[in-house]
Amino acid sequence: MTDIDIEPTDTVDARGAACPGPLMDLIGRVRSASPGDVILLLSDADQSLTDVSEWVDETDNELLAVDETGDDYRFYVEVA
Amino acid sequence: MTDRIAILGGGTGGAVLANGLAERLGAEIDAGDVEVTLINDGPDHVYKPVWLYIPFGQREPADGRRPLRDLVDSRVDLAVDRVTEIDTDAKELALRDAPDALDYDYLVVATGSTLADDEIPGLAAGGHDYYSESGALALRDELLSMTEGHLVLSVVGTPHMCPAAPLEFVFMADDWFRERGLRDDVEITYTYPIQRVHGNPHIAEWAAPIMDERDINVETFFNAESVDPDAKTITSMEGTDLDYDLLVTIPPHRGVDVVEEAGLGDRGWVDVDKHTLEAEAAEDVYALGDAATTGVPKAGSVAHYQAGVLSQRLASEIRGRPATATYDGKTLCFVETGMDAASFVEFDYENPPSPAPPSEKLHWSKLAYNESYWLTARGLL
Repeated sequence: MTDIDIEPTDTVDARGAACPGPLMDLIGRVRSASPGDVILLLSDADQSLTDVSEWVDETDNELLAVDETGDDYRFYVEVA
Repeated sequence: MTDRIAILGGGTGGAVLANGLAERLGAEIDAGDVEVTLINDGPDHVYKPVWLYIPFGQREPADGRRPLRDLVDSRVDLAVDRVTEIDTDAKELALRDAPDALDYDYLVVATGSTLADDEIPGLAAGGHDYYSESGALALRDELLSMTEGHLVLSVVGTPHMCPAAPLEFVFMADDWFRERGLRDDVEITYTYPIQRVHGNPHIAEWAAPIMDERDINVETFFNAESVDPDAKTITSMEGTDLDYDLLVTIPPHRGVDVVEEAGLGDRGWVDVDKHTLEAEAAEDVYALGDAATTGVPKAGSVAHYQAGVLSQRLASEIRGRPATATYDGKTLCFVETGMDAASFVEFDYENPPSPAPPSEKLHWSKLAYNESYWLTARGLL
């Protein structure tokens, strides 16, 4: 069980996609999002753990939380 | 009863598949038990890899264009028309010019990629590309007259056609300006959306040192947000501004709207089983090539190999036998590393690429294949 209590504005389901697919899907959704939106990225690629955080660090967006407890990784990104 | 196979799109995947089906199912077609219809929105088949060479003055658009009717087996019905709606429940296609819908029993979506410059403000006005005939011609005019300044190549979005082509372009431009004694006056910068110079880490690891050796600037984590054609700047989502004198971009790609409207997948790409190429959202619908979301590159070799798999699967289905052929992710690419040298990669779902040392032989192999491609389109090679 996770104790993350964040209601996403939008969800990007990139499960099954090889890297850098999940990150590119996230970036694509951030492009069309509004400031303050929270995007939930679902990925089952281990590389996403570094890809997503490294990209978010390069931007003004914020990685609010990462849930690694389930079968998939769940990244919550708030759009700047 | 006649089994009707409709193939939507006459690019590499569609043409090779049509010819493969004609070969495998020739007797059934002759007997009237099977019909194969290839629908394309123009009369010509276009071989896009030729476009890389147009800006450097080495090829013409006509070198990559031939009438589909000359390439496709006469047993295949060719419809030059545009599909305006796919109804996967009724199994019929609405066509722009034909009064009646086209019924199918099996549908193969091979609609390829389209460019979406309009997704980035200023891109269409400020950028050039070699991912279209008109783009390659306009870029040729700019490149041939460039004697100094800053050339920026920006990969704006992935996935895009031929993932190696951005690397090829900057390697070729570097060599081309060097041979003409202009390289000291032309700065070259390559930008890529993620933290390395290519999506595939093995290819990125191979390419990065070459770029360093050849003084090609690299900007990673650069996702273009806008282009200002007047100020000649490109700005990234990450907050980096680059001034340019000539901007070459790989524009964002999409599939076609009719695919998305049919509920087959987002952005016009069909969600498929990556081994069987069956659409996830509809029965008796398949996709191949750029249109299929398999995770492998949008490349001609992929479409070619997938067409071989699908022709076997469809022939088996029609004959009531289990379809056993599956796609293993096989991809093959020659990668130009200059004007007279190239590398080569081959990989699949299980085995990563290991780029071959660049050589003149591989460069000529690539050019030789481009000439013999027409045999592939005919289903002979």
